[in-house]
Amino acid sequence: MADKKIRVLVAKPGLDGHDRGAKVVARALRDAGMEVIYTGLRQTVDQIVEAADSEDVDVVALSLLSGAHNTLFPEVVEGLKKKGMNDVLVIGGGVIPAADIPGLEAAGVKAIFTPGTPTKDIIDFIKANV
Amino acid sequence: MEFSMKDFWNGSRRALARAITIVENEQDGYEEIMKEIYHHTGRAQVIGVTGAPGAGKSTLSDNLVKFYRKMGKTVGVCAIDPTSPFSGGAILGDRIRMNDLTLDQGVYIRSMGTRGSLGGLSRKTADAVKLMDAWGLDVIFIETVGVGQSEVDIVKNADTTLVVLVPGLGDDIQAIKAGILEIGDVFTINKCDRDGADRLNVEIEMMLDLGEAQDWRPPIERTIANEGKGIEDVVNGLNEHRKYLEESGLLEERRRERVRTEMAEMIHDRISRHVMQEITETGKFADYVERVYERQTDPYTVVDSIVGNIFK
Ligand code: B12
Ligand SMILES: Nc1nc2c(ncn2[C@@H]2O[C@H](COP(=O)(O)OP(=O)(O)OP(=O)(O)O)[C@@H](O)[C@H]2O)c(=O)[nH]1
Ligand SMILES: [Mg+2]
Repeated sequence: MADKKIRVLVAKPGLDGHDRGAKVVARALRDAGMEVIYTGLRQTVDQIVEAADSEDVDVVALSLLSGAHNTLFPEVVEGLKKKGMNDVLVIGGGVIPAADIPGLEAAGVKAIFTPGTPTKDIIDFIKANV
Repeated sequence: MEFSMKDFWNGSRRALARAITIVENEQDGYEEIMKEIYHHTGRAQVIGVTGAPGAGKSTLSDNLVKFYRKMGKTVGVCAIDPTSPFSGGAILGDRIRMNDLTLDQGVYIRSMGTRGSLGGLSRKTADAVKLMDAWGLDVIFIETVGVGQSEVDIVKNADTTLVVLVPGLGDDIQAIKAGILEIGDVFTINKCDRDGADRLNVEIEMMLDLGEAQDWRPPIERTIANEGKGIEDVVNGLNEHRKYLEESGLLEERRRERVRTEMAEMIHDRISRHVMQEITETGKFADYVERVYERQTDPYTVVDSIVGNIFK
């Protein structure tokens, strides 16, 4: 049997136009042997959930630098649950104040990576948790 | 999530998505899935979309899907992007152009990496298409990776192949003639907002004149995909070709040929896997390599004896 490849949806929810971080992460994950589905800017929560469903991804990786993470990240987690995708690993990154992280983790986002994170940490985390 | 064929037949998208994953990775049970669905395939109209990188294949597909949706059809899209030969990973970005379709429950889009295949598709594209077909989608688009001239596997998988060209590539048309021009059932000159469409049109016509005269003369349409222009003409071209395939009997011929190549490939796969497993597990292969390397024997003799032994 062939190795199952890790499939990751890298998504940018909301109106945030900062996409460098998402692209850096997408490339790093590709170089680590993962299949990365990138859907571009300005995705609604419903679009992210539907794409994750159709693409049958193992990981949903959300990137947000605009400050709307406290509402949007938990909504994505909820949406996935409603679809019956409880086993999908949800992680996030971007400009996120340390004080917000415990709340996001309690809402089901398994890890948050802030500016300056070496991409290796992200790769290691995904490989250890899918 | 537990996968069940019952959910699949009940129309669950989750189940379709998971079935494709299982088959793509050849996970346990994938052959059972393919066996069960096979009898329900052959209903969908399968359309290949191919062309150079960045020609507008995804943007065009997005528009074509919308058009078929308006005609009341359900649509599947299988979008292929290249897998990095170094890492085995891939960035699958075709969906960026299809975001409008994401929430439409009559559309199912799946991105796939080539995973080592060189023909512009992945080895499991055909199976993914069969799953979509059996699941009940009426029309299925396959978007190939951006192709040059030799990645023409699409013809083996699609009923109708749409080749997307763009003006302004100058003499490049000469370079691509050998490959993708020959596989087009319908052409479209996309990015017609740029100069050079007339010239390209003439060039394609000339290329077509060079080929053997056939019953079907591929129409050459013109589109500006990012403005949604010319889409209806392409759809008409595709439907005309569909009609021609059916009336001429060529559809059956192509599909029969598909069964033939597919089975030949499966036999080839199965046998080579069996042989390689046999000789690597016993450690014989390493021995042979060493002896050939030392010039004690030659590869021809060795292969004769290996294969001869297995197929006594
Ligand atoms: C470059 C930049 C821009 C560029 C963006 C170019 C682009 N295409 O991305 C431009 C100039 C366009 C821009 C515009 C704006 N920006 Co700006 N911008 C920045 C800046 C300086 C750097 C961001 C960046 O690219 N970093 C490099 C990348 C590689 O790092 P990263 O995104 O942080 O990603 C890393 C990690 O966060 C993590 N990560 C990120 N995403 C993900 C996702 C996952 C899944 C994982 C695991 C990890 C992960 O991993 C990455 C690698 O370590 C930041 C300040 C800063 N230092 O962060 C401000 C900043 C983000 N911008 C800011 C603002 C306010 C704006 C504007 C609103 C300004 C304005 N008033 O017009 C506009 C809005 C644009 C829009 N449409 O959304 C604020 C946001 C404030 C906030 N969140 O409360 C910041 C923080 C500046 C500040 N201190 O005020 N900006
Ligand atoms: N000017 C112009 N741009 C277009 C047209 N059609 C598509 N584009 C743009 O061309 C770029 C590439 O389009 P895609 O649809 O991603 O092309 P593709 O062939 O799918 O690309 P790959 O999948 O990467 O090979 C995008 O920026 C589109 O907006 C057109 O008719 N005119
Ligand atoms: Mg594309």
